[in-house]
Amino acid sequence: MKPRHRRLTFVVIGLGLLGVAAALILSAFQESIVFFHSPTELTEHTNLADRRLRIGGLVEEGSVDKNGATVTFRITDLANTVSVAYTGILPDLFREGQGVVAEGHMKSGVFVADQVLAKHDETYMPPEVADALKKSGRWQHMRESMEQAGQIPRGAAR
Amino acid sequence: MIVELGHFALILALAVALVQGIVPMVGAHRRDPALMEVARTAALAQFMLIALSFGSLMYAHATSDFSVANVVANSHSSKPMLYKLAGTWGNHEGSMLLWVLILTIFGAAVAAFGVNLPQALRARVLAVQSWIAIAFYLFIILTSNPFARMIPAPLDGAGLNPLLQDPGLAFHPPFLYLGYVGFSMAFSFAIAALIEGRVDAAWARWVRPWTLAAWMFLTVGITLGSWWAYYELGWGGWWFWDPVENASLMPWLAGTALLHSASVVEKRDALKGWTIFLAIVTFGLSLLGTFLVRSGVLTSVHAFAVDPARGVFILGLLVVIIGGSLALFAWRGPSLRGGGLFQPVSREGALLLNNLLLATAAASVLLGTLYPLMLEAVCGDKVSVGPPFFNSVFIPLMAPLVAAMAVGPLLAWKRADLAAALSRLWLAALCTLAAILTVWLVHGLRDLVGIVGMAMAAWLFTGTLSELAARARLFTVPLGESARRLANLPRATWGMSLAHAGLAVAIAGMTGAGVWKQESVQLMTPGQTLSFASYEITLDAVRPVAGPNYEATRAAFTLGRDGRKLATMAPEKRFYPVEGRQTTEAAIRTTVSGDVYLVIGDRQGDGGYVTRFYFNPLVAWIWAGAALMVAGGLLSLSDRRHRVGAPARKAARGAAGVTPVGTAGARS
Repeated sequence: MKPRHRRLTFVVIGLGLLGVAAALILSAFQESIVFFHSPTELTEHTNLADRRLRIGGLVEEGSVDKNGATVTFRITDLANTVSVAYTGILPDLFREGQGVVAEGHMKSGVFVADQVLAKHDETYMPPEVADALKKSGRWQHMRESMEQAGQIPRGAAR
Repeated sequence: MIVELGHFALILALAVALVQGIVPMVGAHRRDPALMEVARTAALAQFMLIALSFGSLMYAHATSDFSVANVVANSHSSKPMLYKLAGTWGNHEGSMLLWVLILTIFGAAVAAFGVNLPQALRARVLAVQSWIAIAFYLFIILTSNPFARMIPAPLDGAGLNPLLQDPGLAFHPPFLYLGYVGFSMAFSFAIAALIEGRVDAAWARWVRPWTLAAWMFLTVGITLGSWWAYYELGWGGWWFWDPVENASLMPWLAGTALLHSASVVEKRDALKGWTIFLAIVTFGLSLLGTFLVRSGVLTSVHAFAVDPARGVFILGLLVVIIGGSLALFAWRGPSLRGGGLFQPVSREGALLLNNLLLATAAASVLLGTLYPLMLEAVCGDKVSVGPPFFNSVFIPLMAPLVAAMAVGPLLAWKRADLAAALSRLWLAALCTLAAILTVWLVHGLRDLVGIVGMAMAAWLFTGTLSELAARARLFTVPLGESARRLANLPRATWGMSLAHAGLAVAIAGMTGAGVWKQESVQLMTPGQTLSFASYEITLDAVRPVAGPNYEATRAAFTLGRDGRKLATMAPEKRFYPVEGRQTTEAAIRTTVSGDVYLVIGDRQGDGGYVTRFYFNPLVAWIWAGAALMVAGGLLSLSDRRHRVGAPARKAARGAAGVTPVGTAGARS
């Protein structure tokens, strides 16, 4: 083989690999991307059944009901709420009034979560939750109360 | 006073770094030995100053000096001493100080042990290291000063996040940073070579030990992090494809590729431009990892409190460092003439395939990790890319890599005979077939991933052994002769075989734990017995216990099989009053065949407790495999070739030594 042909072989192999990778990525994206919605968006769009979703907001005060292995609670963006059912052990930082992200799907008006994420750090607000609150127009209010409670540093993310 | 001294030392280090960044570069350009020599003195001085600075912060943590804001925010007088010390780097400011400490350790190592590098190359390498240091000193001093005082001083601190009060995590960040920052050496060597316009076998031989060391540290760091997530988070998993985990995996993939391509430069003088490019990309990905962790732009289970100003600063730094070095590469790269030609079927060809696959894998992980950011910036949709994406892209890319890994070492340099290499693998092929049939018979055909994974592990493990056997001419010469041949193999060869075998063991573990995991969640009352995976599990009692700085609810489980008692297991739910937090302490019983993993949850209204059981097959193999890989790296690093055998550069400029030395271990 001439050097030029050799180099061509490598280029072809490389491009082939990239093509395969691109195909894999595109097909995987179609199946496995999970969209995030705030409780307000969920109440507006009712055609989301069967799709895997992430929702986020604050755990509504007084809404947590621990009876049996399935826990139910409501997630709020301070404008709308969504009921959530979760079977399993809640993360250690799960608490009423705190930000939380849940992954699962809607089933007859209840969000059935198979994963609930709270954060390692209580001074941390998941960006999606902050955005959901901003969208519902309650962020400024929430931020001030969090600053007062010392949960976020003064003058942090706006 | 000591704290001010530390702050002052940090600022002084910045001044020294400015000198080290400019003077040796000018010296190397003018070939002025005196100016070039400044680099060594300055590198040692920087190390001492930062060590002093870090030491004083550690002192403040150890003595619980609550007039320092960093100590107040992250420590408490009742915390055990180990975690007071680990608390020094268990927070943003301290961890950045650790980052530069490690950077200066590497710089000082080059200054102290790189005595036989050509002076000009050493001067340039140290100058480039210093540019990186300048950027990070500025970052620390301007946005995250660990020495800020808090006046009046409070009586006690806020405590350290209890999840971090754990030996696994105490040592996870230092190792991770040793890996991240270690790749800065390869980067500095690459930039110095681009400035010098010279990449040759000697250069590759000097770079390899640093890359290998960084790779080992990163492997240890990732494994410790994964192990910690496994037993501390109580989720029964060891890898979540979380952005922060991906951030450490990407430099590992690129670094692994770099390790292999550098050997092609060393042995065959080919793939030079590609190797330089990989060195830049690997360090760029390390910086990106730091950015992702520190800026909090992505939702991650590992995300901690963040400050956007810092994120913007690191992003700027990332743009300047990666953009600048890629621009330099585009300008100077074409002048690097490739040397040895080779056929597609050859050792070089196999290593190139390894590089292409690893680079593609790193790129797809990067895409999956950053896609949510891109999509949000472009369309405003918020999405998350989870494990299904990564599994369906990553596994198909790794399968051919592993298949080729068994064959590659059997190929000759330059031009090889594929049929002859494959014919040596007949035993490996037989073992692989046996593995496939075994899995098929036991689990049926539905777990295709399980079959593929186990086949890959068997193929790689037996293929690696076959390669050793071929080198020893096992069974074609007398056994004694084979043993002698094996004993005489270079340590680097043993290191490679060990690392490859380690990957095989780890793949078996990942497959087992990923595919055949069993899980159940239920409500249990004390006295109740349930059967789970081939075990009977009884909840005997739940009672409160007190720890040094926490209160816990501890459950007592009896684990039995066929009426025989195997063990008692005691998972806990801990409450740390200082921090006001709960943590889960899983009880894990590890055996070779798998881990039984029990978690106790909250008490429910009717007196029962939520319990969660996992059976995770072969998890211990993952840790064992990683340990083997690191051991392989260590063995290879101790090879004499890396220390004394490096060829003196032909017609090297300046004062090239007689016996060039490239590793930190040379004089120890």
